[in-house]
Amino acid sequence: MFHIAENRRWYFLLSTVLIIPGLIAMIYSLIAFGAPFKMGIDFTGGSLWELGFTRQVQPAELRAVFVENGYPETLVTTVGAGGMALEARLKELSEADRTKLLVALKAKFGDVTDVQFLAVGPTIGREVTQAAALAIIAASLAILVFLVIAFRNAPHAFRFGVTAIVAMLHDLLLTLGIFSICSLLFGWEADALFLTAILTVIGFSVQDTIVVYDRIRENLPKYRGEPLTMVVDRSLTETVNRSLAIHLTALFVMSALLIFGGQTIKPFVAVLLVGVTTGTYSSIFNAAPLLVAWDERSLLGSRTSKTQTQTQAA
Amino acid sequence: MRTSDKVLLVFIILLTLFAIWVVLPIGHPDWVKQALVWQQPPEYRDLKIREGLDLQGGTQILLQAQPVGDQKITPTDMNTAKAIVERRVNGLGVTEPLVQLQGANRIIVELPGIDNGDQAVQTLKSTGQLEFVEIGSSTNSAFPNIQDGVYVRTSNTDRVPDPATLGKIANPYPDQVFKTIMTGRDLQTAATQLDQYGAPYISFELTDAGAKIFGAYTAQHVGDTLAIVLDNVVLSAPNIRSAIPDGKGIIEGKFTREEADSLSIQMRYGALPVPLEVVNRRSIGATLGADSVHKSITAGIIGLFTVLVFMIAMYRVPGVFAAVALILYALYNMMIYKLVPVTLTLPGIAGFLLSIGMAVDANILIFERMKEELRWGRSVQLAFNAGFHRAWPSIRDSNLSTIITCLILVMFGRNFGAQAVMGFALTLALGVLISMFTAVVVTRTFMRFLFLRQGANEEREKQWLLQN
Repeated sequence: MFHIAENRRWYFLLSTVLIIPGLIAMIYSLIAFGAPFKMGIDFTGGSLWELGFTRQVQPAELRAVFVENGYPETLVTTVGAGGMALEARLKELSEADRTKLLVALKAKFGDVTDVQFLAVGPTIGREVTQAAALAIIAASLAILVFLVIAFRNAPHAFRFGVTAIVAMLHDLLLTLGIFSICSLLFGWEADALFLTAILTVIGFSVQDTIVVYDRIRENLPKYRGEPLTMVVDRSLTETVNRSLAIHLTALFVMSALLIFGGQTIKPFVAVLLVGVTTGTYSSIFNAAPLLVAWDERSLLGSRTSKTQTQTQAA
Repeated sequence: MRTSDKVLLVFIILLTLFAIWVVLPIGHPDWVKQALVWQQPPEYRDLKIREGLDLQGGTQILLQAQPVGDQKITPTDMNTAKAIVERRVNGLGVTEPLVQLQGANRIIVELPGIDNGDQAVQTLKSTGQLEFVEIGSSTNSAFPNIQDGVYVRTSNTDRVPDPATLGKIANPYPDQVFKTIMTGRDLQTAATQLDQYGAPYISFELTDAGAKIFGAYTAQHVGDTLAIVLDNVVLSAPNIRSAIPDGKGIIEGKFTREEADSLSIQMRYGALPVPLEVVNRRSIGATLGADSVHKSITAGIIGLFTVLVFMIAMYRVPGVFAAVALILYALYNMMIYKLVPVTLTLPGIAGFLLSIGMAVDANILIFERMKEELRWGRSVQLAFNAGFHRAWPSIRDSNLSTIITCLILVMFGRNFGAQAVMGFALTLALGVLISMFTAVVVTRTFMRFLFLRQGANEEREKQWLLQN
């Protein structure tokens, strides 16, 4: 049998250590750029224009055309390999300005294909940001209520709900932190898809926790005399096969998406991959041990509980 | 083997046959399409997989009403604006366009296949200017090609759009700027009437100011052609028969009742009641879309195949059942996508693939539970039943939590710009619901035939379930 709830201090420590770099990245970005990670035009408003060329074009060459036409803040990056497709980010363009720019681009580079063009007004961006924040809060509350109802027959149903949410916040923080680091390193941008990924991570994290909690719920009346630590560790041992198996299948599907799924959804899948991994981890190493910590009023697991367990085991 | 299992088995087989028939890309008889009564409008009643703009390429535009001064926007204004935009969209000749009101002051327009939406945007935004335009003498006309639907330039509007995308009839006189006599501002009302033979015509009435200009002009130009022009497209080009001093006139032509109605509506509602501004726009090239379709299909097949192999390798005999259930799961999903229909987008496909993970989760929970029960010394029959019975609460609760998240995603996805989210949540929720049927009911029914049959070898079955 595993001794996870018993040795919880180490797992809590590990989680803290893992969260800190991302947290630092988020705080740094918040101070330096005003947001915990790079926000895409879905949130900020602006234009994103992907162009295809018949030859290799350097980002600087393309940028020069935008600057000449009065868009000095334009950012240009290469999309994919080959350097034939580039992406420009600038403030929101009107149709007339876009047409003017297209004429200028065709004059400079010859045949230019419009791969995609997105323009988001600043009002829309603000609305999406607000709705996103609301969605995350609403999802957390709804899940809390659902958990309390689902576990109403277990003792301290409220604790099941709260600890599941804490584990979920852990996954959220870790995922956001890693995204923030990738945002600093590779320029990843948060868009509507990113938000989808985050909300899915929330769902996945709780789903995983529920499976572990379900076993604890089932074992509590069965092993009435045992301390909670033991019941929890027993339940974790019993469900670990399932946790690993389900995590593996999720990994297979997402790796396939990551490798074959195309450029547009790569950051999306990467966020999911991180989220699902930490979701599985936190159900076992955070959520369930937290339940014990609450019961024993000791986050780190005191010596008394340890001796108690040993006496029981003996 | 209980009777209820046999009934279930027959049901599953029938459902599967039906699903295969729906999913196969063959011609389906009309009665199936007609049975899809919930699909509106009727011309959408078919069994195609609908692709979102991100997959087939196209332009999505969000128009927002920009009130002038302290103008109040009423729902009537927005409905009128929508009708006008709809008419203009139809003029663009796009297949299956979508025009929808959103919220109190927005209109969503989706134009599949138009990947450079500049011209479309220009057309939709234009205010809808109605003009009375001088063409010249009809008996000795220098412009015989002025007819309904022709694009012309007028002195009042200096726009020079690409005629090919507009009225579909090219401007016969690209260099000629026709003189505008009067604009729609001077029009009081217009209505369809029927003459004594039942032929429709349009009567219109001008404001007092309009009547003065019109009276003076018609008195001098009896016999000449006067074109009624909406957004630079000729609606009708009648001859002036006599002076019209009272500001009341009629337009006769060879039109049907419907055409006359639409004409009078265009005259009445010609100008947008409120200017529209483009606040959001997405244009996706067809190549990018096709590439996305190709890649997600590859990813989907590989992902599904890997999971099938994994389940069989991990659980052997029960794993085969789970694999069959998973194939049925994919099949049923496809069927629902075609019947509802669900518009597939890139995130939607991702949602479906993720739900594969959740679909096998139920099977894993059940199989692991069976193993445990066997290790605790239960008989195969008891372990088999307990596996399904005991695993159910956690399958139910965990799937419910996913569905709750999906519901919130759908609510959030109603907001424009986050519609990608909606497609994802929809396919994920649908997948979770279908998976509860395939992973639990279908797997159980199939497995009962093998494990609960008469004269089964208990030891061999135990080995099948334990696999180690």
